[in-house]
Amino acid sequence: MLQVKDLSVHYGMIQALRQVSLEVNEGEIVALIGANGAGKTTLLHAISGLVKKSEGEIIFLENSLNKATARSIVSSGITQVPEGRRIFPDMSVAENLLMGAYLRKDKKGIEEDMQKVYERFPRLNERKKQLAGTLSGGEQQMLAMGRALMAKPKLLLLDEPSMGLSPLLVKEIFSIITEINKQGTTVLLVEQNARMALQIADRAYVMETGKIVLSGTGEELAASDEIKKAYLGG
Amino acid sequence: MTQFLQQMINGLSLGSIYALVALGYTMVYGIIKLINFAHGDIYMLGAYIGFIVTTKLGLGFVPALLISMVGCAIIGMTIERIAYKPLRHATRITALITAIGVSYFLEAGTQRVMGAGVQTFPNVFVNETIMLGNVRISTQQIVIFVVTITLMVALQFLVNKTKIGRAMRAVSVDGDAARLMGVNVNAVISFTFAIGSALAGAAGVLVGVYYNSINPLMGMLPGIKAFIAAVFGGIGIIPGAMLGGFFIGIVETMVAGYGSSLWKDAVVYIILILILIIKPAGLLGKNTKEKV
Ligand SMILES: Nc1ncnc2c1ncn2[C@@H]1O[C@H](COP(=O)(O)OP(=O)(O)OP(=O)(O)O)[C@@H](O)[C@H]1O
Ligand SMILES: [Mg+2]
Repeated sequence: MLQVKDLSVHYGMIQALRQVSLEVNEGEIVALIGANGAGKTTLLHAISGLVKKSEGEIIFLENSLNKATARSIVSSGITQVPEGRRIFPDMSVAENLLMGAYLRKDKKGIEEDMQKVYERFPRLNERKKQLAGTLSGGEQQMLAMGRALMAKPKLLLLDEPSMGLSPLLVKEIFSIITEINKQGTTVLLVEQNARMALQIADRAYVMETGKIVLSGTGEELAASDEIKKAYLGG
Repeated sequence: MTQFLQQMINGLSLGSIYALVALGYTMVYGIIKLINFAHGDIYMLGAYIGFIVTTKLGLGFVPALLISMVGCAIIGMTIERIAYKPLRHATRITALITAIGVSYFLEAGTQRVMGAGVQTFPNVFVNETIMLGNVRISTQQIVIFVVTITLMVALQFLVNKTKIGRAMRAVSVDGDAARLMGVNVNAVISFTFAIGSALAGAAGVLVGVYYNSINPLMGMLPGIKAFIAAVFGGIGIIPGAMLGGFFIGIVETMVAGYGSSLWKDAVVYIILILILIIKPAGLLGKNTKEKV
């Protein structure tokens, strides 16, 4: 479904990605793990068209995204839940969800999907009119995910959805991710929480200083000694 | 009391003009953090467009207002495209200096094309004076007030209730997040310039009608006062610009009426200094505090 081929990205003189190649197949949950500054967010930004590629190619559903704008990437079916949620704090919960449906024209469909988001996240349902900036961290994460779902993505990119959440909430978020995937959305999941990510992932990649250094099924990586040492705390 | 009410009415008329211009400052600042120093000159161009439409084309007030608004919207978008867009990622001071350059260009250009002297704006409608007790209200003042309030209500609706308004608000707080929703950020910025400039264009026609005289440098002082009004209300905040505009207009008229008109400009600057000391974010500004 998504192929990233030999992708390099520079920020001025700094090279953040070095010839990264990765693949996501339809229906999968693919995890991308790695330490701070490894380049995970940069990779997602490149896929979403927020940063310029200096080299390489990204192909989504047989089409090259090299000339695509961020807008056309969203309309082709890739939506990102960015690191730190990036919800619109001065807008209500409902308005944030409408922003997620920005490129859709089907009023009725939008209305129905909004109801679905409220069913999936009952806490948002109770807070429709509340300003998003006043939500708790967990609620903001749910809103960010709900907002992304409003775009009806084929591929959902999630950047550290568990960041800053209590263990209980992390569990909840991960089970929601599994559920979303079961209902037909392919997921590329960036995580620091390697243990949880590898548990739900079909396959995973490990990134270090801008390069993919390991890949395999979630189970393989969870069992690997290297991974245990570096990311699972022994 | 009569005099107070009279000054109040005069102040509201002047304040309407400041408020309309202040809205453009605040909207542009809100979306790209640029103080568009050429904005006062857009207002001047609006007055000239109104002048040309009424004198050369012989049309009435409403067409003059609408054509001026459309004309200024196009001019505003063009300026943004040519002068500011290439500087989107430059330092803020670069963009600011460019804005000052654009301002000189518009002033000198108008002097060249229309002449440097004062032109007389025609009487576009019969001006009658209505007496409410001893307080005089002119038709012009009523028109200014009605047009201003109508435009403000329309703007509030646009910003708060429509999709493009939501996109404007989204871009102003987080451009990249808006991009991730599929918002065409450049188009939204362009649209914001169009709306802000259209409001300035309307203000230009209204001021032409009110004072009957226009000149190529007429945008300078009102531009600065409108900017102060925007800062006073909280720059980037739309209701703040409305409030600030009316407030500055009323204060200025009161000072001129009760004190001396020599003082009226100084008092406006003193207000700016005071607000910057007491509440730098402006009257309606929030203390920025963000959840991590
Ligand atoms: N806008 C930027 N300008 C310059 N350098 C940047 C920029 N964004 C990221 N970098 C650099 O690129 C490298 C990769 O950053 P990136 O944010 O992709 O890492 P990450 O794997 O997402 O880290 P984290 O887990 O902390 O979120 C880092 O060295 C970072 O400093
Ligand atoms: Mg990151």
